[in-house]
Amino acid sequence: MKDEISLCDLAPGEQAKIIRVLGNGLFKQRLLEMGLVKGQLVRKVKLAPLADPAEFVIKDYHVSLRREEAQEVLVARLP
Amino acid sequence: MINLPKKDRLLYKTITVALAGNPNSGKTTIFNNLTGSHQRVGNFPGVTVESKEGFLRHGSYRIKVVDLPGTYSLSAYSLEEIVARNFIIHQRPDVVVNIVDGGNLERNLYLSVQLKELNVPLVIALNMADEMKKKGIHVDCAAFSRFMGAAVAPTVATRGKGTDKLIEAIIQVTEGNFARQDAPRVDYGPEIENELEKLSGLIEDQKLIKPDVPGPISSRWLALKLLEKDAAVTEKLQGQTANPAFQEQLQLSLKHLMDIFNEEPDTLIAEQRYGHVHGMYRGMVSQGLPSRVNISDQIDKVLTNRLLGLPIFAVLMYLTFWLVFTLGERPMQWIEIGQGWLSQRVMLLWPADSGTLLRSLIVDGVIAGVGGVIVFLPNIVLLFLALSLLEDTGYMARAAFIMDRLMKWVGLHGKSFIPMLLGFGCSVPAIMATRVLDNRRDRLTTMLVLPLISCGARFPIYMLIIPAFFPQSQRAPVMYAIYIIGVVLAVICAKLLRSTLFRGELAPFIMELPPYRLPTTRAVLIHMGQRSWLYLRKAGTIILAVSIIMWAVTTFPRLPAQKTAGLTAPQVRQVRLNNSLAGRLGRGLEPALKLMGFDWKIGTALIGTFAAKEVFVAQMGIVYSLGEGQVTAPAKYKESVNSAAKQIHSPGLSATGHLRDRLRENYSPLVGFCIMLFCLIASPCVATLAAIRRESGSWRWAALQSLGLTLIGFVLTVAVYQIGHLLQIGTKTV
Repeated sequence: MKDEISLCDLAPGEQAKIIRVLGNGLFKQRLLEMGLVKGQLVRKVKLAPLADPAEFVIKDYHVSLRREEAQEVLVARLP
Repeated sequence: MINLPKKDRLLYKTITVALAGNPNSGKTTIFNNLTGSHQRVGNFPGVTVESKEGFLRHGSYRIKVVDLPGTYSLSAYSLEEIVARNFIIHQRPDVVVNIVDGGNLERNLYLSVQLKELNVPLVIALNMADEMKKKGIHVDCAAFSRFMGAAVAPTVATRGKGTDKLIEAIIQVTEGNFARQDAPRVDYGPEIENELEKLSGLIEDQKLIKPDVPGPISSRWLALKLLEKDAAVTEKLQGQTANPAFQEQLQLSLKHLMDIFNEEPDTLIAEQRYGHVHGMYRGMVSQGLPSRVNISDQIDKVLTNRLLGLPIFAVLMYLTFWLVFTLGERPMQWIEIGQGWLSQRVMLLWPADSGTLLRSLIVDGVIAGVGGVIVFLPNIVLLFLALSLLEDTGYMARAAFIMDRLMKWVGLHGKSFIPMLLGFGCSVPAIMATRVLDNRRDRLTTMLVLPLISCGARFPIYMLIIPAFFPQSQRAPVMYAIYIIGVVLAVICAKLLRSTLFRGELAPFIMELPPYRLPTTRAVLIHMGQRSWLYLRKAGTIILAVSIIMWAVTTFPRLPAQKTAGLTAPQVRQVRLNNSLAGRLGRGLEPALKLMGFDWKIGTALIGTFAAKEVFVAQMGIVYSLGEGQVTAPAKYKESVNSAAKQIHSPGLSATGHLRDRLRENYSPLVGFCIMLFCLIASPCVATLAAIRRESGSWRWAALQSLGLTLIGFVLTVAVYQIGHLLQIGTKTV
C-alpha cells in the first residue's frame, strides 16, 4: 500500500489508522489485546526524554511502546 | 485459608467470589472495600503468582473473595492469565465479579467479553463512575446488563461508593434472582463460526466435556481456544483424545482460515472480539461534553516532558531514597538502642564474668538475631509506603517510561531502575521492590545482580580499608572506583543472564500509562501492613535461624576455661574465635585465600560477612585482639559516614585507627583493595538471600546467587591480586 508507514514514522501529535500488525506469538497477541487491532485510531503523544519509548493514545487510554514494537504496527496517516 | 469457628460454618452459607479485571482498574481497592482487613496474602498453588483472599459476612452469607491477578485478557500467554483462567474454570467460583474501569471502558470490555464466553455467573462493577462523568461518558447500565447477561453495579471504589450495591448484586446472582437473559454471543463471522461448529461437534461426539467434573465450560469455548492455538487447551485435549479425525479437522480448520484470510486465526478472533466490543460500546455509551480539561494529561505534559522529565525524575528518586533510608535511620537507631538495653539487662542476670553458654546464646544469638531482623523493618515499612505512593499515583509507569531507554541497553525493563537505585541503600528492600516488575525473567535478573550494587553495609568496610592503605589524595577516587566496579559488574551480569539463563522471547514492552490518581490512605496503609508482616513472617524467620547458626559457628567448639586463664578479655575473645569453627574454617581455607593475597585472619573475618557485611570490621578487630567493644561496626550508613569521617581526621587515635595500623603493618594496599573487591562481589548476606528465597519462591535462586557471586568474586580477586603482584602495583605500603 502506498501510504503504509509504521507507528515509528508518526510525528508527535499525528493521528493514524492501523492497517495491520506484524510479528507473531506472544508479541502480536499482546499488541492485539491492548487494542492495537485493524481499523483502530492511534495518536502519537510524545517521545520519552531519551527518545525511546513513545507514548500513544488508543481507545481513550495511554500506552508506551518501544521503537521495536512500534515498528511492527503498520498504519495509514490521517490528516 | 481463613478458618471460622464451627458454629459460623453451620450458620452461614459460604460462597466464593472471584475478582477479575485489568491492571489499574481499581480491583485491589474494591477488594479492600469488600473485605476490609480480613485478608490473607499467599501464592496460588505451585506458582509464584500471588493470591489474596479475604472474607466478609452479609446476611446469612459468608462470602470468600479471591483477588485474581490483574490481566488484560484470558489468553494463555502469561502466567497471570493462566492462573486467573484456571481458577475460574477449575474452582468454579459462585460468582465472578469483573471490575471495569469506566474511564477506559472499551479496552476493559475485551476481558469482560472473554469472561462472558466462559459462561460463569457474572457481576460487573462499573468502576470510576466519577471519571466517566468528568469525561462526559454516560453508560446505559440496563443495556450493558443485557449485552453481558450480567448484573451491573456502578462503583467509585476510591471513595467506597457502591460497595453495598455490589454485594447485593453478588447475592442476587448467587440466589438466582437475577434473570440471566440470553446475552448475544460474540459472532466471529460465517467462516470462523463454521469451523467452530465442526470442531465443537467433534468435541461433543467424543464427550470431552464431563459435566460432573469441574473443567471447561462449553464445547464452543474449547473449539474457540483450539482455533486461537491456545497451548494449554490444545495440549490438554490432545492428551484426552487420540482420535485422528479430530486432529485432522483442527489442522484443516486452521489451514482453511489461514488460506482465505491470509492472517493467523488468533488475530482474526481478537479482531472480531474487539469488533463485538466496539458494537457493544456504541450501543450503550453516549458521549457528552467533557466537563473540564483532562488534568491527568496536563500533569503528564510536565512530568514526562522531554526537558523537565529527567530532572523531575531525579528529584523524585532522591526523595524516594531519602524517605526509605534517611527517614528510616532514626527508628533503626531506636531499635539498636533497645536491643543494646535488652542485652545489658539479660547480661545482668548472670554473674559478671561467668560467660555461660546460655547467656551467650541469648545475647549474641537470639537477641542479636531478632535485632537483625527488626532493624530492617523501618526501611521495609517506608519502602512500601514509597512504592505504594509511586504505584497508586501512576508515576511508576512514567518512571519506567523515562528510564526504559537506559535499562533496555542492559537488557532490562525500565521499571528495574527503582530496585537498582534502592540497592545502594540496602539489598533487602531493593529485592522486595522488584515486585513492581511484571515479567518474571526481568524480575529474577534484577534480583540476582542487585547485590553487586554497593549497599550501605559495605560502606564501613570501605571506610576501614581505604584510609588504612591509601593516601588522602587517592581515597575518594578509590571509593568511587569500587562503587563503579559494582555497577559495571551488575550491568555485565545482567547482560550475561539475559543471554543465557533468561534468554527467550523478549516480552514486548507494552505498558499502560494509567491516568494520575490520588492514592487513598487506606490502600496505602493496608499495602504497607501486609508487606511488612510478610517480611517478618517469611524472610525474618530465615534471617533469625541463620543468625543463630552463625553464632554457633563463631562460638563452637568452646575452649576449656583453663586455656584462657590469665589472659586479658580481648585475648580471650581472640583465642576463642581462633578455636571456633569459623577460625578453623578460615585456616582450612588458607590455600585458596592465599591466591587472593589473604591470610587466615582475613578469612575468619570474611566468614562473618555472611551474617552481615559490616561484621567484617568487628571480626577483624577480634582476630587482632583489640579491646572488646572498641572496634565495632558502625551500625548504619550515616552513622558510619560520620564516625569514619572523624577518624580520617584523627587517624591512629581510635580503636579503628589501631586496627588500621595493624592492617598497614600486615598487608599491602593491593591486599586492601582485594578485600574490598571480594566483600563487594562475594555471596550477599543472609538477609539478602532470605529475601531472594522469599521473592523468587525457591532456594535454588538464592543458592545460585550465593555460589555464583562467590565464585565470580574469587576469580576476579585472584586475577587482580596476581596481576597486581606480578606488575608490582600497590605491593608496597605508602
